[in-house]
Amino acid sequence: MNRIRLFDHLVLMLGVFVMVAPVVVAFMTSTHDAADIHRNGLSLTWGGNFAETYNTVLTRKGGFTGEITGARMIWNSLILGVGFAAGKIVLSMLAAYAIVYFRFRLGTLFFWMIFTTLLLPLEVRIVPSYEVMNKLSLTNTYTGLIVPLLASATGTFFFRQFFKSVPEELLEAARIDGAGPFKFFIDVLVPLSRTMIAAIFIIMFVYGWNQYLWPTLMTTDERFFTLVRGIKQILLVWVGSNIPDYNEAFALAILAMLPPVMIVLIFQRWFIKGLTESDK
Amino acid sequence: MASIGIKGVSKIYNGGVTAVSSVSIDIADGEFIVLVGPSGCGKSTLLRMVAGLETISEGEVTIGGRVVNDVDPADRDIAMVFQNYALYPHMTVYENLAYGLKNRRTPKSEIDARVAEAARMLELQPYLERKPRALSGGQRQRVAMGRAIVRKPSAFLFDEPLSNLDAKLRVSMRGEIKRLQRRVGTTSIYVTHDQLEAMTLADRLVVLSGGRIEQIGAPLDVYHRPATTFVASFIGSPAMNLVGGELHGSKLALGPALLDLGAAVPAQGALTVGLRAEDLRLHAGSDGAMPFRIDYVEELGSQRLVHGFVGDQPMVAAISSEIPLPETASLSIAPSRLHFFDTASGRRIDWTIAEQGQAAGVSGVELAAS
Amino acid sequence: MKRVQFSSPFLPYLFLAPQMAIIFVFFYWPSIQAIQSSFYLEDPFGFGSTFVGLSNYSDALGSVQYQSIARFTVVFTALVTFLSLGIGMLLAVKADAVLKGSSTYKTLLIWVYAIAPPVAGLMGMMFFDQHIGPLVKFAALFGWDMKVGLNYNDTAIAMIIVSVWKQIPYNFIFILSGLQSIPASVREAATIDCRSGFRRFWTMTLPLLAPTAFFLLIINMTYALFDTFGVIDVMVKDKAANNPITLVYKVYMDGFRGNDLGGSSAQSVILMIVVFVLTIFQFRFIERRVHYN
Repeated sequence: MNRIRLFDHLVLMLGVFVMVAPVVVAFMTSTHDAADIHRNGLSLTWGGNFAETYNTVLTRKGGFTGEITGARMIWNSLILGVGFAAGKIVLSMLAAYAIVYFRFRLGTLFFWMIFTTLLLPLEVRIVPSYEVMNKLSLTNTYTGLIVPLLASATGTFFFRQFFKSVPEELLEAARIDGAGPFKFFIDVLVPLSRTMIAAIFIIMFVYGWNQYLWPTLMTTDERFFTLVRGIKQILLVWVGSNIPDYNEAFALAILAMLPPVMIVLIFQRWFIKGLTESDK
Repeated sequence: MASIGIKGVSKIYNGGVTAVSSVSIDIADGEFIVLVGPSGCGKSTLLRMVAGLETISEGEVTIGGRVVNDVDPADRDIAMVFQNYALYPHMTVYENLAYGLKNRRTPKSEIDARVAEAARMLELQPYLERKPRALSGGQRQRVAMGRAIVRKPSAFLFDEPLSNLDAKLRVSMRGEIKRLQRRVGTTSIYVTHDQLEAMTLADRLVVLSGGRIEQIGAPLDVYHRPATTFVASFIGSPAMNLVGGELHGSKLALGPALLDLGAAVPAQGALTVGLRAEDLRLHAGSDGAMPFRIDYVEELGSQRLVHGFVGDQPMVAAISSEIPLPETASLSIAPSRLHFFDTASGRRIDWTIAEQGQAAGVSGVELAAS
Repeated sequence: MKRVQFSSPFLPYLFLAPQMAIIFVFFYWPSIQAIQSSFYLEDPFGFGSTFVGLSNYSDALGSVQYQSIARFTVVFTALVTFLSLGIGMLLAVKADAVLKGSSTYKTLLIWVYAIAPPVAGLMGMMFFDQHIGPLVKFAALFGWDMKVGLNYNDTAIAMIIVSVWKQIPYNFIFILSGLQSIPASVREAATIDCRSGFRRFWTMTLPLLAPTAFFLLIINMTYALFDTFGVIDVMVKDKAANNPITLVYKVYMDGFRGNDLGGSSAQSVILMIVVFVLTIFQFRFIERRVHYN
């Protein structure tokens, strides 16, 4: 029996190695300078350049217009992540509340309309979506970055599922206590949903922060670039350079993954809950 | 079919928590043993150690003479019936029953025969092609038992199988289990927290508390001669009245009452006295030796439970519902029906006295085996 | 539905309004546009468009390039799905079986989920880089001269590896969750009924995981078809000429680089149909997921 246990551990350790090693190497390499990397390849050791490289990435005004800094990109990513997550929660809670707790004629229709958004991921309607944004003059704005992403069903389904599982008796007791629809929502339902809200917030924040295609289309003005979008810039600059700035690329990658990873690690339990409950 | 030996078995968890403490039981071939006790007393843990679902920290378990401490559950030749049935949800009843046999490479004809026999015994024939979710609680329980029967193991292990059923179903299933075990003759260990189930099913009872054995014995022995105050109050319903008393000479002082036992007594001074509710007689006025202040009455139909106080000690008497309740009341009890326990240890203080209160010899203080 | 509901006449509409408004403007409007423009050919000089019926579709489906991209997409999707699902399942089963340290393993295995596809792609690019990539050097030990970015097959392999790597945690989480939702007593009954751990997995665990597995199959396919856009974009470095790309990337290329609105829209609609079929499948099997209870 113990032989099997050892084998299990070996498999798991191998898995962990494959998952973790690349990032560790990426981080360690980012602490060397570019010429060093070009000579010696990727490394597992600490180079001396941590402060220098990261400082450069964060503060150097780079890009084509010489305006954008790493710090600014972090800020933009944050706005996108938080804005998207908050927007999603508010919209989908309201919509789910309406669908579950109200009897009204177009209820089923609206539900199915929301459902159909699952059939068409953004990638499949990018060109016309871009046209719409142009027409509305929303390119290169935060609104344009965040709002269109909210046109999806995931959050609504999640809260619908959750609201359906709330005991009937709560609403009945609330009604007897004189609570109307608004009060019931604010005083009873929202507090009950606290853990769910946290879970969804985490998932949606990671999703928003990691957005790539949409920001790529939406923002040509470098002041609005997010970190993940900034990755593309680095690559455009690489083409044709003698020694690519490997260290800066890695540093940017590490910065781009740091907040979502931290959140997923720290709030692991909620994250898993949100993930497994929401994809239904 | 085999005997089961449990010798000095303990379960100690990491962190020092001891769930089972040096338990020894010798179970004869074909015996129906019931492990009974309150939640947390270690009875399930003990059962699971016999099954192989928990590791044994100390001691030895033998099945059919073979030491099975390090043997896989599947190789111990046991079958288990779980509290929540544990049926495989994706298999039909037939497949659930056949699963254990299939894995042991039993030929198909043999599997069919055994499943048919078990289905007949448990009246499961109409359900063989159904999945568990289409069955009621009682039906699922029977499938769980059927799964054990088809294996024809050396021992059946039951882990509170009736706890999830409603009261009426529990009573009828109890009878079925008893009948089944008689018929099949397989050695059985049954775990329950319900003392009534234990009394009706067991050939022998093992009363457990805090990981230790309080008493082992046949149901009536345990009922009439409980070895400790714990057993005395656990077995029997309503629970035995346990009150403080004092022996002076051959007289027993119980609160304001004084009973003349008319015989030599095995101890003197303060001790705990046990009186079963059904052994108490209710009298009008002060005919009985113990003045009784009635608090309230529970009408059960077949009998009447009168709750009240002797002095400041609560007492329950079980009397016939035919007898009218008097205004002022008193209780009496035949001396031979008294139980004495040492107050500090809770152990039984044995004494023998002939019925009708005639003087009789006194045996020494007899302590229950542990 | 709930037994007790409010019957206010206009409140539900009020609550739904924001979500529906956004869905109308940013989902239905563009989608209808996409379908519409798939039937038109845009004049290159911007003088309007002509209705061409289904010819955009037949052009796309008939073109050799499209077919070869479609073939690659199928292979890519299949490989990414099965590899990440398989590895995720293996790790989940092991993590479930191990008593000590399982939560540490779990933590260390799930966090890669939070990495964005293009970031993973960037790291992949470096690991497969001609000069400094350790994986290239490793391959050289076997006499394999990897030229990721130039050689079609090498790039394909690199893309697959990176995409699989990123998706493993997702599968791991779901399968582990599915495993842990099998009641303990059912698992114990199986240890009594069946000695071999492998057989137990095959006859008891796997069937009970089936609903989760089906669900993951669809999700993984969607991931491989669409979410890997970021990986491809980064690894292909705008030199799409003879590098492997998937169908969704071609939609982007034709629409934004090639300015072929009609063709790109037609391809979008084709992909729409694929997703439609997949989603129907998913919801069919989700019903089965509300499963054995």
